[in-house]
Amino acid sequence: MIEFSNWDIIRNLLLAARWTLALSAIAFLGGGLVGLGIMTMRISSRRYVRTLAKAYIGLFQGTPLILQLFIIFFGLPMLGLRTDAWGTAALGLTFYASAFLGEIWRGGVQAVDKGQWDGSAALGLSWYQQMRLIILPQAFDYVRAPTVGFLVQLIKATAVTSIIGFEELVRVAGVINNATFEPLKVYGFVALIFFLICLPLTLYSRILERKAAQGG
Amino acid sequence: MSLEVLKEALSAIAQGVSMTLFLISVTAVVGVVLSTLLAATKRSGYRLLRVLVVCYVELIRNTPFLVQLFFIYFGLPALGIRLDPVYAALLAMILNVTAYTTEIIGAGLDAVPSGQWDAFQALGLRKHIGFLKVILPQALIVIYPALASQIIIMMLESAVVSQIAVRELTHMAELWQSKTYRAFEAYSVVAVIYLLMAISMRRFLVAIGRRFISADIT
Repeated sequence: MIEFSNWDIIRNLLLAARWTLALSAIAFLGGGLVGLGIMTMRISSRRYVRTLAKAYIGLFQGTPLILQLFIIFFGLPMLGLRTDAWGTAALGLTFYASAFLGEIWRGGVQAVDKGQWDGSAALGLSWYQQMRLIILPQAFDYVRAPTVGFLVQLIKATAVTSIIGFEELVRVAGVINNATFEPLKVYGFVALIFFLICLPLTLYSRILERKAAQGG
Repeated sequence: MSLEVLKEALSAIAQGVSMTLFLISVTAVVGVVLSTLLAATKRSGYRLLRVLVVCYVELIRNTPFLVQLFFIYFGLPALGIRLDPVYAALLAMILNVTAYTTEIIGAGLDAVPSGQWDAFQALGLRKHIGFLKVILPQALIVIYPALASQIIIMMLESAVVSQIAVRELTHMAELWQSKTYRAFEAYSVVAVIYLLMAISMRRFLVAIGRRFISADIT
């Protein structure tokens, strides 16, 4: 048994929290970009495009994240595609985030009154211009609160990447625990760090929700 | 693939599926009952109880399920509470789902017009009878879809209890792939089973909702 002071434990966990945050940021950006595509497909006028996007969302929302990561990490190398823990974590969480964000944003876009499409079409705007100038700015108000709420889900979801060996908070906690044999303390600190990262976002999303309910 | 291998795989899958279904059924029933009590507690006049419930809900909702599971399974033995993996998994799942469903049921209770409370009291119904017979059914109709979704989400999240060696579906896949080195097949097949389970569970919950609380979800 190695002597670790509380500060040693917390310092090492905080260093690991950087990777939790970095992964969350990458997955949020990647998932946002892919999610925009999924959202666009979901509101397409072509039926098969909508069905395809719906299947994508169903697949990633209907299966456990841990299995998605396993398939990428252990399964793809069998097909000749090797991925390391970083690549797997980033790729897996990007898929995961895109399915949820795509669906949240579709809800927002469809909540915008249909007349807004007709109105902007009558002004002679292209589909892309209608979307960018008229629809998305209004949809943004609807989706701000659930998007921030989903960010909390995403940050928590990074914990699962510890299982494929990505060195984030939970993984490092396991390593420290093997040296100190103080699981109560170590996992307690991990929970506390996650709590301190997530709670402000939860509260912020609740404020946004209240604002949206009051009509902006 | 020989018939023997296929038989072995099917029995492993059946064992895994039944453990996953067992875990989620117990969790769903206990969770909904507990969260109904907590949501009612939160609305009661006792300030201290309300604060405790809010703290519990926020603590659980803002930390990962995996950390809660590890805290219970690896951490509690330090306090002299040693749990069998299945019980540790159940405890973690119940604690987790209850926090979310307390919020959901609480929102449902808020949605029932306050006049309903006055009305049943005017009829001379006692408070807990009125709550069960008048308020709760109305609240459930509103929140049933959210409740059903939360239970399905928990079923999918329960996949990580494989990490404390509970012999549920994901754990079976891990054992299978370590034996055969067919990772892609093992995990893909199990992912598809989860997908089918999620779809059938939604159907099942929709049917229950229609039958018992006339909640229509699509």
